[in-house]
Amino acid sequence: MGARPYNRKATVAPAETFVTAGARLPAITPPRVYPLPAIGLLLALLLAISATATAQTLLRGNGPEPSTLDAHRCPEVSCGNILRDLYEGLVTEDAKGQLIPGMAERWELSGDGREWIFHLRNGLRWSNGEALTATQIVASFRRAFAPATAAPFAVHFTAIENAEAVQQGKLPPERLGITSPDPRTVVFRITRSVALPQLLLLPIAYPVYLPALEKFGAQHTRPGNLVSNGAYRLEDWRPQAQVSLLRNAWFRDVAPIEHVRYLVTEDAASELQRFEAGDLHITETVPPQPLALLRPRFGTQLRISPYLGAMWIGLNLDKPPLRGNAALREALSLAIDRDKLTRYITGLGESPAYGLIPPGVADYRPVSLPWAGATQAAREALARQRYREAGYGEAQPLQIELRYNTSTPLRRMNLAVAAMWREVLGAQVTLRNEEWKVFVGNRKQRVITQAFRGGWIADVNDARNFLANFETGSITNWSGLHDPGFDALIAAADAAPDLQQRGQKLQQAEARVLTQQAIIPVYFYTSKHLVRPEVQGFEANALDHHASRFLRLVEMRR
Amino acid sequence: MKRIALLVLEAALTLWLLATLCFFLLHAAPGGPFDSEKAAPPEVQAALDAQYRLDQPLLQQYARWLGDVVRGDLGPSFQYPDYRVNELIASSLPVSLINGSCALLLALLLGMPLGVWAALRAGRWSDRLLMFGAGLGLAMPKFVVAPLLILVFAVTLRWLPAGGWDGGWRSALLPIVALTLPNLAYCARLTRASLLEVLDADYLRAARGRGLSEARLLFAHALKPGLLPVIAWLSPALINVVSGSAVVEQVFGIPGIGRYFVQGALNRDYTLVLGVVLVIGLAIVVINFMVDALRGWLDPRLRDSA
Repeated sequence: MGARPYNRKATVAPAETFVTAGARLPAITPPRVYPLPAIGLLLALLLAISATATAQTLLRGNGPEPSTLDAHRCPEVSCGNILRDLYEGLVTEDAKGQLIPGMAERWELSGDGREWIFHLRNGLRWSNGEALTATQIVASFRRAFAPATAAPFAVHFTAIENAEAVQQGKLPPERLGITSPDPRTVVFRITRSVALPQLLLLPIAYPVYLPALEKFGAQHTRPGNLVSNGAYRLEDWRPQAQVSLLRNAWFRDVAPIEHVRYLVTEDAASELQRFEAGDLHITETVPPQPLALLRPRFGTQLRISPYLGAMWIGLNLDKPPLRGNAALREALSLAIDRDKLTRYITGLGESPAYGLIPPGVADYRPVSLPWAGATQAAREALARQRYREAGYGEAQPLQIELRYNTSTPLRRMNLAVAAMWREVLGAQVTLRNEEWKVFVGNRKQRVITQAFRGGWIADVNDARNFLANFETGSITNWSGLHDPGFDALIAAADAAPDLQQRGQKLQQAEARVLTQQAIIPVYFYTSKHLVRPEVQGFEANALDHHASRFLRLVEMRR
Repeated sequence: MKRIALLVLEAALTLWLLATLCFFLLHAAPGGPFDSEKAAPPEVQAALDAQYRLDQPLLQQYARWLGDVVRGDLGPSFQYPDYRVNELIASSLPVSLINGSCALLLALLLGMPLGVWAALRAGRWSDRLLMFGAGLGLAMPKFVVAPLLILVFAVTLRWLPAGGWDGGWRSALLPIVALTLPNLAYCARLTRASLLEVLDADYLRAARGRGLSEARLLFAHALKPGLLPVIAWLSPALINVVSGSAVVEQVFGIPGIGRYFVQGALNRDYTLVLGVVLVIGLAIVVINFMVDALRGWLDPRLRDSA
């Protein structure tokens, strides 16, 4: 290879600035008590040395161990975070979550609305220095949709011609509607209206380097084998401990931070302690505890912002007592005091939900239940009225099961909900908690469930992502909603010629889910992180994506 | 020679029974490795099942899995498809072994002398204080001790990292201390109780009557039988070393084998759980054999009955 990296600065040998494993971050709040002044002096000296050395390494808490670093097979947040640094798709997002050019410098929808055309930048490179071509991008997509890959996010791409048939093995991967007419153009043929650029942020759309896959098989994701195209490349991976990334010298923009270390922080309480001890710059989450306690402790280091996730209580429409009794379902929904719940029970800035889709979704204005603006007293009066209409009362109280997966925060929430149902309606509620796999199985089968913990965290910034859970036949249609009117609206949205009309159809679809009381909206999620002051460029965004290339570490001098 | 062959046969039979029982129990548990909230479409599910042989009849799955195990291959992990179970165990077992054996060694080296000292001063305030401390050490669960250690030594004093694992001694120190404390407390109490009993035995009174010095009495006659219960306790303690501590590993974020037990079971990662069970099962068989041999060497009565 005669090619050279574009930026000389990025070719500086990494070993010189590499931070030894034991190095610590500078303390922000000085420890209050030192047993001996001498030890304090020694520590201060050590900290001063490490402060200069760690400026180049970003330490990020990342939750549980990533299940895989195969971009096409990554299903969860922890692998998604790392892959976002390792790879770049045709389209990417900036620190605020806005779409910006990635491998493609521009893109457009064809005049007839049947093709998305992406024009690649000049001089794209893999992290090993080889040229990255449109043909390779197409080949990567074919591998992503091959049945054997079993890509978890392939379901979102059914708008691409033949994508579904290819994934089901009914057509060969070569028939996938993604082509490269020339080395710098990638064309997606679509069969219905779709916000494709948003979808291309998913890890399944990253280019996987197929020569490594052919050579190393399942081990193509190991350090030394993994070739990527993002701002960073893989340096080291110690299962259940950490994944280390090093700046990719072949990437067009030099990332300000040279090393990024993603640390496995499975236990949120331990992660908090590691942050307090100065072992982490950014945490993955914050363990549930009242904001009133956290704010004074962490001040501006605590970053809470709206997140594209909704918590609701699902209602099984197939089985008694909820089947065919919309008045009862509405009574249960009205009886819940969401303000109280989000203020005293969840307590980390969640906002009360009166709809399915959280605010902040792209090209969409969410819908609310008609009584969203009423006082809680008025809601409760209406709840009791609906309860009586439904055929229940003091003499004949409702007996209902509320099912959730075993977890302390969920237990607190469901206890509160049960108490509200009991207090307002006089219902007799049985709480059932189940181990996760048992719970998801029961919820999917819809045989023994009545009311249950529901909810959704968006994979893509798109309202349809939430609504797809209520389509007839959808695997995640836990409520068992079967509404041809709803299905027709989704189909109409898919056929809509532009995003505005699409949004209107989706709004009507959301309204149908709500007016039929298929779910009880409870609250919208927040993303929660602790971020040290020396980290700059960390911006709130709806999908909670924070690529390391937009972050900087500044030295804090006291 | 024949005895050794018999032992090996017995061990193999034990492990086979263990593996078989676990295999069928795991598959009988509700839910599978690929059940999740965002469920896969049926075709994808079928592709995954075929890759992992889950589409075959259970007995056939069992036979093929057992065949692989006999050849030394524990299979691919369901939850971590980039790794074979062999690799995951090879990377996690040493971590648990290092932490656990350091902790056990510390517990023995400190616990036995402390126990002896307490036994010799039985009833005095120093003995009572020591035993009170040991009682406290035993009563405090690890999920209390571990965060407490972090709070003091990492968050407040900032001497050591609050968690994580880089292979260096600094990241190992707090976990080792957390693992040592209960073992140390138990070891000290055990040594004291057992030695007190021995010191009261008739043969020691006779020896004392013959005018042997207290030091000679202790080291030449009382200590060896007095430590027998400690040796017996070594077997479960060593097994704990091999199997790691899921609690301590989770709190400190250490990549040990104990977490795979818990995570593997929760994720229905069949191959990973079975692999861990087999490795630990093998270790238990070996440890029991070694401890039995050690006890036989210390206690002649056991040799005769064997």
